[in-house]
Amino acid sequence: MRRLRERAIEAVLFLAAASSVLVTVGIVGILVTESLPFFSHVSIKEFLTGTEWTPLFENPKYGIMPLLAGTFLSTIIALIVAIPLGTVAAAFLSEYVGPKAREVLKPMLELLAAVPTVIYGYFALLFVTPLLQKVIPELSGFNVLSAGLVIGVMIVPYVSSLSEDAMRSVPNHLREASFAVGASRMQTAFKVVIPAAFSGITSAYILGISRALGETMVVAIAAGMQPNLTLNPTEPAATITAFIVQVSLGDLPHGSIGYQSIYVAGLSLLVLTLCFNIIGLYLRKKFQEKE
Amino acid sequence: MLASIKKRKFWDFVFAMLGLLSLLFALVTLLALIVDLASTGVPRINAAFFTNFPSRFAERAGILSAWVGSFCIMITTALCAIPLGVAAGVYLEEYSKKNWVSQLIELNIINLAGIPSITYGLMALGLFVYKLKLGQSILTAGLTLGLLVLPIIIVTTREAIRTIPNTIREASYALGASKWQTIRYHILPYSSGGILTGVIISLSRAIGETAPLITIGALTFIAFLPTPPVEGHFPYINFTWLSDPFTVMPIQMFNWLSRPQPEFHVNAAATGVVLLLMTLIMNGGAIYLRSRFRKKMKW
Repeated sequence: MRRLRERAIEAVLFLAAASSVLVTVGIVGILVTESLPFFSHVSIKEFLTGTEWTPLFENPKYGIMPLLAGTFLSTIIALIVAIPLGTVAAAFLSEYVGPKAREVLKPMLELLAAVPTVIYGYFALLFVTPLLQKVIPELSGFNVLSAGLVIGVMIVPYVSSLSEDAMRSVPNHLREASFAVGASRMQTAFKVVIPAAFSGITSAYILGISRALGETMVVAIAAGMQPNLTLNPTEPAATITAFIVQVSLGDLPHGSIGYQSIYVAGLSLLVLTLCFNIIGLYLRKKFQEKE
Repeated sequence: MLASIKKRKFWDFVFAMLGLLSLLFALVTLLALIVDLASTGVPRINAAFFTNFPSRFAERAGILSAWVGSFCIMITTALCAIPLGVAAGVYLEEYSKKNWVSQLIELNIINLAGIPSITYGLMALGLFVYKLKLGQSILTAGLTLGLLVLPIIIVTTREAIRTIPNTIREASYALGASKWQTIRYHILPYSSGGILTGVIISLSRAIGETAPLITIGALTFIAFLPTPPVEGHFPYINFTWLSDPFTVMPIQMFNWLSRPQPEFHVNAAATGVVLLLMTLIMNGGAIYLRSRFRKKMKW
């Protein structure tokens, strides 16, 4: 009797754990099945190489390039901010700061990631853009630049937290050896600790990239939601996520091509993030083998 | 030799300053955000702001339907995510053997945490709204956010359980307890602090989440409340509120923010202040809990 109960409980707990796999299957399955009909209207070639994205116009065009350009542009700007800032902050927290100060500084930095993204959108639109317009007068009210910068600050804790964990897990005898041969703190950080923690730091970067790719509200509010094939960050543009928001705000009949287009956009986003996640896993494995 | 030591010390100092500056830059940005939001929004906050429905007139508009909606969705999210997440965490930490099934589950959880939140919204629109016909309701929203925060709860539960030393388990088995009794009466109570931290963090994440709810078709203008869950006649409680349409604070804020009139931007800032205050309080609570339990539990 007791054994039966134990088995039943184990089975229930296993189902709970397995449900997380079901979520993934659900996400991939729904995105694929809902976007497949789209490709009976639009050829894959047109979709991948077209330079205009106007699915809701009278004369619809379905080229994903403008959305990809917007997504990559905002992601790259965000990474230009987040990677140096996050790495330096992580090295500082791990190699220079005592445990007490770290206990205070790290949670404060993590608050950056806790702020709701819609508030970052407000900040980008009504604080950062007017500020930037003082420096760059021709900057338009909606632009990718301020959205990217704000996303960059927002993902600093994702980069720094994981990097710092990786740096701190580097065994102390490596540091001591480095100090013993006369290296300074900075030399130790750059030539010993960072190379030793490189796989962890890379996965922190990958996490930052997927956050920036998938970030929605900041770009939907501050970047202007206009699909625009440009690499000029001072102009408005739309990202994949901003397009999904824009379409979802309207009333969209189930099964229409507009409805399918948000699933196609979502699927493209998922494929992009999965690619980066796989690269991250590969890098981690490769560096683990080397050690 | 001496010169080179001096040089290295100098660069050491420069790098320390650089580290301090990058930390400061991030924190000053956070401060600027808070000050900017508060200076615009706080004067707008009064009792009527919480008890008024949204309106075409900015000065009469309030967030009643938004905070009630946020509250209802929080409850649904918690009821859906906590049992599932804790159970999954317990299984992975206490039961799972090292085989391909458990490895698949673990890899999958890492991957889930990296999936953009808006794809959860697309999944929910296709699955909950159209396939299961749950409608664009509070239940759909709660389920969506519940699945979204599931990885956070699983990961923190596992971390909390992992800190419990094996001696506790062995002592319990030695007294003849079964595996489940050990978990139920020892492991879960001792790790409740860590689990609670995860729950609070996941709820604070859910309360600020906007994109997936817009995707499942949350309305941006709602001038009524969900059906009250308690009624005067038998059976006294009803669950029709679960199928009511909803709006939440972040969506209300987004709606006001996307209007051109600056008066509505003030309303957006005021909503932002309420939202930010709630997330900061929840995160502060989680940080406090974490440090308290770390100090209290010395095994």
